Amino acid sequence: MKTGKEQIETVFIANKNPLLVAFTVAGDPDYETSLNIIREMAASGADIIELGLPFSDPVADGPVIQCADIRAMDAGMNTDRLFDLVRDFRADNETPVVILTYANLLIRRGISRFYADAAAAGVNGVVIADVPFEESDPFTRAAKESGIAPIMMVSPTTTEERITEIVSKAAGFIYLVAVMGVTGARTGVEHSAIDLLKRVKAKTSVPVAPGFGISTPEQVQEWAKQGADAVIVGSAIVRRIEEHIGDPHAIITAVGEYIRNLKQA
Amino acid sequence: MKLQTRFGEYGGCYVPETLIAALEELENAYLNILPSEKFQNELKQYLTEFAGRETPLTYCKNMSADLGCRVYLKREDLLHSGAHKLNNGIGQALLAKFMGKKRLIAETGAGQHGVATAIAGAALGMSVEVYMGEVDVARQALNVARMEMMGAKVIPVKSGTKTLKDAINEAFRDWVATVGDTHYLIGTVVGPHPFPLVVRDLQSVIGTETRKQILEKEGRMPTAIIACIGGGSNAIGMFHPFVGDKVTLIGVEAGGEGLDKKHGATLCGGSPGVLHGNFSYILQDSYGQIQESHSVSAGLDYPGVGPEHSMHKDSGRVTYTSVTDDEALDAFLYLSRTEGIIPALESSHAVAYARKLGPTLKEDDILIINLSGRGDKDVAQVIEQMQMRGVAL
Repeated sequence: MKTGKEQIETVFIANKNPLLVAFTVAGDPDYETSLNIIREMAASGADIIELGLPFSDPVADGPVIQCADIRAMDAGMNTDRLFDLVRDFRADNETPVVILTYANLLIRRGISRFYADAAAAGVNGVVIADVPFEESDPFTRAAKESGIAPIMMVSPTTTEERITEIVSKAAGFIYLVAVMGVTGARTGVEHSAIDLLKRVKAKTSVPVAPGFGISTPEQVQEWAKQGADAVIVGSAIVRRIEEHIGDPHAIITAVGEYIRNLKQA
Repeated sequence: MKLQTRFGEYGGCYVPETLIAALEELENAYLNILPSEKFQNELKQYLTEFAGRETPLTYCKNMSADLGCRVYLKREDLLHSGAHKLNNGIGQALLAKFMGKKRLIAETGAGQHGVATAIAGAALGMSVEVYMGEVDVARQALNVARMEMMGAKVIPVKSGTKTLKDAINEAFRDWVATVGDTHYLIGTVVGPHPFPLVVRDLQSVIGTETRKQILEKEGRMPTAIIACIGGGSNAIGMFHPFVGDKVTLIGVEAGGEGLDKKHGATLCGGSPGVLHGNFSYILQDSYGQIQESHSVSAGLDYPGVGPEHSMHKDSGRVTYTSVTDDEALDAFLYLSRTEGIIPALESSHAVAYARKLGPTLKEDDILIINLSGRGDKDVAQVIEQMQMRGVAL
């Protein structure tokens, strides 16, 4: 049986066009709707599902995702429920699932226990927004033991030396922070990010996926042209959930349409 | 990073990758600019001629008679701006200027750090934006006005608990997007490495002066030193120069409504975890979500604490304790009436504990209280709290 990390690798090998990594906050706006959202994402063409495990103090995220975090926590989302959600999704779906969260939630549970529980639930990769290379050892070690891909981030301010170190530890894919700033949709694609993509790709065969600020089919096309292996779309999806709060059916329709639209790019 | 980033197991650098370059740049400035003669001379000039250092170490005759030991106050309330915060504000702003930064951002709870940053920005010709929780904006209106008068822009934070914790989150978000020309002037000894070191060193002027002053006045070391702790900058600034001495060091946290109810006593009632870039004691639930803190004093209303304090707690070198809101309010009036000095509500926590410790000491024992700030900013709040409790002033 393949490990979580190997399943991500398989998806990248099987697809030549850039993959779509679709982000939503686990449990937003409630458990049932969230499960239906991620099923719809997979059905509409998302190649990898990225689930945000909400944290009370998400310093790397903008207001759209922070509000979603609060909605999800108010509806009862926590680490145990996150693993339930992945398990429920896994019952009839093999689309890889990556968790994005913050260090304290792993530390509190116990780092090894978090990864072991994640692997048992069917999680394929974990990315931690506030764990840079310097603090990554305990996390990457536990990820490796559980067969989970330790997804690492690079940003436009990352030096050449650090890129070399980071890519040596990363697996699954490398999360390329495409703008200076927090999560949230923006227009266009910055030159510094394209330059970063080229610098990272020159150093590794691990797939590279730009995220932060990507929301339109035009941006997806531009990244495809530049050689990105995947694109990560987050706040734009979460905004569609927010716009239809109170109407689960409308949420599912809006998210499905949006993803199909991006996939056709 | 070139330096050890931890105090024992605490500290570290838990930040988005985007900020690492800025932290390395700051570490480089800490290593090369901060100790340089040029920087130190300029800093000293600002601290003496502008900020009013050194601050007095005041012998308190009335309080000594009342508590039964020799009581001194280290008068950071007499520093320009009315609190110890300016030591750090001027120091970091000057460091940022030497680093070529044009803009300062800061977060503030009680407003004293925001005021210190606004002062430093005005004095050094740098633009200043201050993030402040909406709740704190309301309870510290005087300091908001002071900041605005000095040209700083105050940005009310509406997210989360609308207090200091969320102001720090917003300041981090701003910094992630603006690190090129902006310095994040963190107000206390928290945050990712090297901030706890930078702020500790800048605030150590308090303890260094106290050490010299008490030796001049009494010819011996004090028996005990008490300081209040929110994030812990006045306390670490006072304690650090005494860590190697035989002196009892006591940090007093915000016990709020009591440790079994709402409080801000992170070391006394929290557990280790990561908040705002460092591993330290924090207030959190069983899943690791940060819990709301509470204190009558905005400056102590924070669910984290500096990592160096966490190390001192575990080693036992510093004793950490707490007093309640009620005890702090009593101490606010006590010092005002006994000595004619109105203390900040933060510092009132240290005074409140001194009232407990004093009577257990011998007549010759020397007790120093770090009076971290003055209480003008808290007068309206204290009146309101007294009315709520049905206590006549």
